[in-house]
Amino acid sequence: MESHNHPSAVEPFQGAATGVGGILRDIVAMGARPVALLDGLWFGAPDGHFRRAVAGIGHYGNSTGIPTVGGAAVFDEAYRDNCLVNAMCVGLLPSDRVQSAKASGAGNLVVLFGATTGRDGIGGASVLASQELGEDDGDKRPTVQVGDPFTGKKLIEVSVELVESGLVESLQDCGAAGLASSLAEMASEFGIDVRLDRVPLREAGMEPWEIMISESQERMVAIVRPQMLDAVQAVCARWELPCTAIGEVTKSALLRALYEGDVVGEIPARFLTDECPRYEIERTPRDEWPQPSPRAEPVDKRWIFEQYDYLVGSRTVRRPGLDAAVLRLRPSLRGVAVSLNGPAAGERDPFRAGASAVLRAARNVACAGGEPLALTDCLNFGNPEKPEIGWELEQAIEGIAQAAEALRVPVVSGNVSLYNETDGRPIPPTPVVGCVGLVPDVRFVPSRWRSGDAVLLAVAPEDSLAAEAALIRFLWKAAPLLSLAHDVGAGGLAHALAEAAGWSGGLEADVDLPDEPRRGAAVLAIAPSQVTRLGSKGFVQIGQVP
Amino acid sequence: MASPQPRIGVVTFPGSLDDRDMLWALAALDAEAVPVWHAEEQLPDLDAVVLPGGFSYGDYLRCGAIARLSPVMNAVAAFAADGGLVLGVCNGFQILCEAGLLPGALRANESLTYVCRDVRLTVERTDTPFTARCGPGQTLVMPVKHGEGCYIRPDHLPQEQVVLRYGEPVNGSVDDIAGVVNEHRNVMGLMPHPEHAVDPLLGSADGAFVLASLVDSARSRALAIA
Repeated sequence: MESHNHPSAVEPFQGAATGVGGILRDIVAMGARPVALLDGLWFGAPDGHFRRAVAGIGHYGNSTGIPTVGGAAVFDEAYRDNCLVNAMCVGLLPSDRVQSAKASGAGNLVVLFGATTGRDGIGGASVLASQELGEDDGDKRPTVQVGDPFTGKKLIEVSVELVESGLVESLQDCGAAGLASSLAEMASEFGIDVRLDRVPLREAGMEPWEIMISESQERMVAIVRPQMLDAVQAVCARWELPCTAIGEVTKSALLRALYEGDVVGEIPARFLTDECPRYEIERTPRDEWPQPSPRAEPVDKRWIFEQYDYLVGSRTVRRPGLDAAVLRLRPSLRGVAVSLNGPAAGERDPFRAGASAVLRAARNVACAGGEPLALTDCLNFGNPEKPEIGWELEQAIEGIAQAAEALRVPVVSGNVSLYNETDGRPIPPTPVVGCVGLVPDVRFVPSRWRSGDAVLLAVAPEDSLAAEAALIRFLWKAAPLLSLAHDVGAGGLAHALAEAAGWSGGLEADVDLPDEPRRGAAVLAIAPSQVTRLGSKGFVQIGQVP
Repeated sequence: MASPQPRIGVVTFPGSLDDRDMLWALAALDAEAVPVWHAEEQLPDLDAVVLPGGFSYGDYLRCGAIARLSPVMNAVAAFAADGGLVLGVCNGFQILCEAGLLPGALRANESLTYVCRDVRLTVERTDTPFTARCGPGQTLVMPVKHGEGCYIRPDHLPQEQVVLRYGEPVNGSVDDIAGVVNEHRNVMGLMPHPEHAVDPLLGSADGAFVLASLVDSARSRALAIA
């Protein structure tokens, strides 16, 4: 998962679009083919700014042929000046083909392929992403990159083909800070000499430092054995992408930048990666947040995901709209359930935000019949140099860690977005969590309730993380027997029942509404004859479908 | 006699997105699905050609305006002029209109936003190579997913060239037209995606009525030549 918050605050369409492009290339760099996108959107209101971000996500995802199958959209006044756009991507690859992102083999070539390099996005990571927002944001618009999904699509095809053909030793995408960061990450064990005068440029007169940190989109770097260079260039030529050897792997352990033969920059690469300066941040518990505005009414999200192609790839068994989507791993009948979750509107407690993001993401996957396998996160916070923000960060991480341990599911990747403040006002602590789960047989994914079904409510038996984990285990184990399962979200039980009815073609259930559950809960529907197969514990019947 | 597997080509332009899904769907319906690259100036030996959905060449200009100039389109036009079967889906429909192989044009949806959802369609004609498996007036459910699917017909488009109509408002198309054929009925374009509706696990299998009709028609042409 990756954030593109500051660019989206300044220019929502391109900010959101290039966020999608960036996370796609992260997956491609592993040698995987992307199969699903999800988006977490925290905004002040479903206004014009929000609609532009949605259009930007669609612009990139729809044009690259990767289905956008889920996500979250939360509206809370606290995000008005500092919206959040988090993008998550899931890719597939054979496990014996995981691609290294490190350079190896002195004498191997450093090959840059994809778009040409320009002055767009210079300073994006430093000027924009690592400072607070303020009144002069309009002036920062040139630091937002501009996406070209057509080139992005070709880049995906070329990269997957290069990896499948075994033509490259390793791959890395050019993201924040451009060549400087991708080459530093690749060079952390060997060294790299990069010849900046060889980089194909889209405008004349660029300074070497500009070439080094340009964030021009749709570029990848590969390490290629010299004898493979012709074959690599042939693949790029077929897809009409520029491809240039811009340097070589050395034994020096230095990242050296050369321009027309002169060394214009030199640093031991490890100083930029593993041995970069670290500092301890101060942490002071926050007394209280300003009282959040009253919780917004849940809004129908259909108009959002109907702007995304969620079908391309012919895998989408359970479509977006309810909890998690399910993608079939064709030709197998197994599938993956994917979800993305984060704090509800009005949530201000960092520990609870972290723990509940994990639990809700996992519960959503379980409601779609998936056994949670792995988590990823994106930590969106204010300026960590302020002690109370440092404390929030620590608390949220602790919440995620404790919930993940209770579930016994690993957190395998992640991203941070800090300095989300405008004129000194930080966003609330916003840990966002994605979950991927395994569905053993996509023919038995809970879908919609039917006439005659019993309607059940399953609630975590007590107020503890272990009890919440037990509920999630119950849900994914029961799923193949259920005609429907739906997480009771922030909108409450009545809203969850209405969503289940809407999902079931408008068929409403007769329910005796019990007290609002205060812990994790899910609404289930099942044929009456099957109820005994669920055992006797963990649920109560609250009604039936007429 | 043995029933041969018809060979149906699926053209991949840079920016095509549904080409893999179309190859898979045609193979599932017992055709030999043959990938065709946009830079080819001649088609291999084929019984039908499909132009799939996507954003050919990025479609930063009018959709299909660049793809129609690609080398393979000369060969597709010649194939159609010889009576060969050509089906264009979504971006393929847009390309066929731009190339003048189908009447009319497609412009931005009335809502000005991309739309992806299942829609109901009414089959207006069953006497085409693309709808022979359908019943007259049959309702089909298939997904649409496009930003520029509002069909504008020429002033005097004969009724018999309208093959599919939307059963509900979708994109502002004139007369709710969702799919048309050319005068000789060997070229068809439609905005809905039959290749995304050939497996009930994925929502609907109604698209198979269209694609299986194409496979049938291609097979009888293969037999006639044999």
